[in-house]
Amino acid sequence: MPVREILGKMIEFDDDGHLKNLNDWNEEIAKELAKEEGIPELTDRHWLVINYMRQEFQKIGDAPSIRKLTKESGVDTKELYQLFPKGPAKKAAKIAGLPKPKGCI
Amino acid sequence: MRKLVILGAGTAGTMMLNKLYNALDLNEWSITIVDKDETHYYQPGFLFIPFGIYNRRDVIKPKRDFFPPGVEVIMSEIDRIEPDKNRVVLANNRVLPYDYLIIATGSRIDPSEIEGMKDKLWYKNVFDFYTIEGACALGNFFKHWEGGKLVIHITEMPIKCPVAPLEFAFLADWYFTERGIRDKVDIHFVTPLPGAFTKPRASAILGDFLEKKNIKLIPDFNIARVDNDEKKIVSWDEIEVPFDVLVTIPTNKGDEAIKRSGMGDELNFIPTDKHTLMAEGFDNIFVLGDATNLPSSKAGSVAHFQSDILFENFMDVIDGRKPSAKFDGHANCFIESGFGKGILIDFNYDTEPLPGKFPLPGIGPFSLLEETKMNHYGKVMFRWMYWNFLLKGVELPIESHMSMAGKRL
Repeated sequence: MPVREILGKMIEFDDDGHLKNLNDWNEEIAKELAKEEGIPELTDRHWLVINYMRQEFQKIGDAPSIRKLTKESGVDTKELYQLFPKGPAKKAAKIAGLPKPKGCI
Repeated sequence: MRKLVILGAGTAGTMMLNKLYNALDLNEWSITIVDKDETHYYQPGFLFIPFGIYNRRDVIKPKRDFFPPGVEVIMSEIDRIEPDKNRVVLANNRVLPYDYLIIATGSRIDPSEIEGMKDKLWYKNVFDFYTIEGACALGNFFKHWEGGKLVIHITEMPIKCPVAPLEFAFLADWYFTERGIRDKVDIHFVTPLPGAFTKPRASAILGDFLEKKNIKLIPDFNIARVDNDEKKIVSWDEIEVPFDVLVTIPTNKGDEAIKRSGMGDELNFIPTDKHTLMAEGFDNIFVLGDATNLPSSKAGSVAHFQSDILFENFMDVIDGRKPSAKFDGHANCFIESGFGKGILIDFNYDTEPLPGKFPLPGIGPFSLLEETKMNHYGKVMFRWMYWNFLLKGVELPIESHMSMAGKRL
């Protein structure tokens, strides 16, 4: 299992490169994870998506798909791709400290 | 009398009906099957229609040829399932109560999900081949086409038969070579996946085949819209791919009746236990084939392997036992690669496709992840097996659980 140091703390990751333990996550870690994904700064719009994802995960135990994000997060698909380029559902899940969405094969 | 209702008489539902019919005592059970369409389509055959290999007649038979006597057959739309009341309501408001329900309502394409897809170029320069109408329209178009840019495109995952778009690309390469105009046809393969296929090792090998056949791969493409005036597809991050003809796999969704029943996810697929095949939250509902939300391929072979597991679990549950059989995600796909050859892959939830021999270790006659003539004959022969064995629920000499024997790591 890959382990990396972030902000002076040793943190475990799963095989997909997502956080192994949800409890390791905090907002400072999220900012560092975002930088690794090529997002230099997290804006309010980013946080809207990240917080929505974490809420959904707590409710149903899986990170939401892009389709669900578009419908329910208050951010449309076009903007999602601008905020989290290439793969919004996967990238936002990673930054939110959640495992890869099951729908992403 | 105990009542079993099966929704959907496609590959999965028909197969399951025949398996259970042979095992249940009709003095104790009444069996009802519901479908809206009288015609059974051999869907794997749709792939061959655009290239003039099969025509409409080769892929259809009446559904009633495959229903055993003593089963109630209802040809109707389903309005909704009311799982809390153990009943199904049909479109004409007729109510079907059940003790056990098997849902096999499949998946279908919905081009209206993407802006501009089903617009003025639909069936003129934009086609699908996942319906009989689309496959036939494309066949007519190809007959007189003199070349240009052919874009083969996957909208989003999951799709029914994830290898079919690749097979289409390989067959297009062969077809236009035979017609003597391959140098005038520029073939592109555009996909939202990071490579040619969903699983890494097969993806690398199949990607090499694309390159060898001079088919250009454009990965990580998430379509936002089809521009009908400028004939191009545009992604959410504004990458543009122009086309003369677009062959697209539109968004695949489960049946609308699932949505009306409040039983589906965002794409109307039913949350299903990946091992027992029971609908999550219900102890008298099973789900089979494309209708599930399982992370396995949506394909006839998968429905077939599932049907063996579902059969065992159904027999357990009706006798008051816990379901004992576990589905492992087994899939087995013949990939037609053109010029009379084919590739075979065999995999499950945990093991990706590997090279080797199948089904007899070391002997074959089929070769995994290799292009051979024998694999092609397997595919050709399969249509006969499908009509004569598979749908009738007759045992095939292939294990429902994946085997590692004969595979090379």
